[in-house]
Amino acid sequence: MKAFVPIAVVVAMLATVPAFLHSNVVLNFLVVTLMIALAGQGWNILGGYGGQYSFGHAAFFGTGAYVTAILQMRYGVNAWLGFAAGIAAGAVIGAIVGGLAFRAGLRSSYFALVTLAFAEVLRILASVAPITGAGVGILLKLDLGTRSFQFQSRAIFYLVILALVAVALVIARLLERSRFGAWLIAVRENEDAAMALGVDAFAVKLGAMIISAAITAAAGCFYVQYFLFIDAGIGYGSWISIEALLTPIIGGTGTVFGALLGALVVKSLGEGAKLITGDIPGLDLMIYGAVLILVIRFAPRGLVGAVTDAYDYLRPAAQKRAVEAAHG
Amino acid sequence: MVEPLLRVEGVSRRFGGLLAVNAVSLSAPAASITALIGPNGAGKTTLFSVISGFLKPSAGHVRYDGMDVTGEPPHRLARRGIARTFQIVQPFAGLTVRHNIAVGAHLRHRARDVALQMAEQVGREVGLGELLDRPAHTLTVAGRKRLELARALATEPKVLLLDEVLAGLNPSEIRAIVPAIRALATRGIAIVMIEHMMQAAMSLADRVFVLAEGRIIAEGSPAEVVADPEVVEAYLGHGAAARMRAAYGH
Ligand SMILES: Nc1ncnc2c1ncn2[C@@H]1O[C@H](COP(=O)(O)OP(=O)(O)OP(=O)(O)O)[C@@H](O)[C@H]1O
Ligand SMILES: [Mg+2]
Repeated sequence: MKAFVPIAVVVAMLATVPAFLHSNVVLNFLVVTLMIALAGQGWNILGGYGGQYSFGHAAFFGTGAYVTAILQMRYGVNAWLGFAAGIAAGAVIGAIVGGLAFRAGLRSSYFALVTLAFAEVLRILASVAPITGAGVGILLKLDLGTRSFQFQSRAIFYLVILALVAVALVIARLLERSRFGAWLIAVRENEDAAMALGVDAFAVKLGAMIISAAITAAAGCFYVQYFLFIDAGIGYGSWISIEALLTPIIGGTGTVFGALLGALVVKSLGEGAKLITGDIPGLDLMIYGAVLILVIRFAPRGLVGAVTDAYDYLRPAAQKRAVEAAHG
Repeated sequence: MVEPLLRVEGVSRRFGGLLAVNAVSLSAPAASITALIGPNGAGKTTLFSVISGFLKPSAGHVRYDGMDVTGEPPHRLARRGIARTFQIVQPFAGLTVRHNIAVGAHLRHRARDVALQMAEQVGREVGLGELLDRPAHTLTVAGRKRLELARALATEPKVLLLDEVLAGLNPSEIRAIVPAIRALATRGIAIVMIEHMMQAAMSLADRVFVLAEGRIIAEGSPAEVVADPEVVEAYLGHGAAARMRAAYGH
């Protein structure tokens, strides 16, 4: 249980935010940040723990969003069921992309390119197919209520996305403590050595891809319920592929809190810059680039790595002082 | 006669125009040490890769425990009980020694704490007890060789293929590790070891196979093999055996 205490503390602290912060602008910012953290945590399972860098997690985000929207608007399915179906559909797309890419033995940049290609194909299909509303997209009917997963209050949406992020944090921690996780990390570190030790590298990567896709799809499902709109550029656009991979890379790949920390830092910097300079197109990408360069230069293991390094560096000094004080 | 645990039958492996392994047959019984020796480029590592499933043979069969396991993928063979080490060590560089070994232990133990406990035990057995919490990339060559051995052992193998685990070790390190390998065979494991360290291989092995240019040129007890003129020639060049006989008057 001890291993889950940090998650409980962080989530509990974040859960108190709406109690003292009532600004809709700030809550909206936090909702979007947590949604990106969720998408990033999905990427982190496959990329961070498994070392398989996807450039196309939009494929899962968009699928989650579209399936949730289509089931509600075209088939009258309940929003919560739609949400669950969206996650499942994302997992299926993950299984298909992963099955094809890993079966073909694609690694590193080839894998990245194939995931990117899948997302692009889906984006083009979604922008022409009638069922996805083609170029117009899908607008969800406003229908406030718990049954329809639509809330007047931003605070409730905030708690919903926080709960989803909490689940994703717990999944990462469970992964770290499981045999599957040990195998996944082994595949990341050295695939041949892992196979020699009995690890079915294909199955492990595929499993990670499915979990990863499901989590990122959940972020897409949430997007639709929150903004009540989806189109091809949003759902399958490269923006979300980029945010999903940059937040854990900046925060710290293969760590429980990397994606969350990365999302908070990157999004805060983005908003801060917007306040100062106004809304310049592409500003967010410039900020990502700058932060990424700084992180790669000064904290190659991400912000979480930098924090633990600082802690390890300071701890012996603190212990020494304590010892000296005791003997002094 | 008891069927040997591992039996290689007429295995060949071709790389383009090069026949790296040429119709090799050998067998390794349980609870014994079989040495595979031969000059550089003889095809020893390639043969290990075929046995452990990393390479498919161009011809021939690998039998394990009476079953034909030719062409099965490495992870399935590992599950069956065939473990290998890599001549070019392949540590999980970013993980600690303990976590490296635990990956092997997980093959037969799902629970994390059991695997970690076993990793510690195996680590101590091969002399890595002091280094368990060090990242693998900080180990010396000797440490990495031991780690290869420890990880393979943690899978609880029945056949253990050791590819030059003594190379790069100094004499005192070799003296330390040799009894550990001997003990494994006593425990019932069929050990096949590739060695360049002739002395160590000869003192350890129950039976020796000599590979040269992809073919088995000799097999027998260590004493028989060193007396074989063809073996001497494979190592020292054509005519060497005759020259030695002339020089030493045998
Ligand atoms: N993947 C490969 N592709 C092409 N040729 C290869 C490959 N692997 C090995 N070879 C060639 O096959 C031959 C046998 O190589 P192998 O590594 O099996 O020899 P070895 O007996 O292990 O030698 P050493 O004692 O140097 O380790 C060599 O000529 C080598 O160059
Ligand atoms: Mg070799």
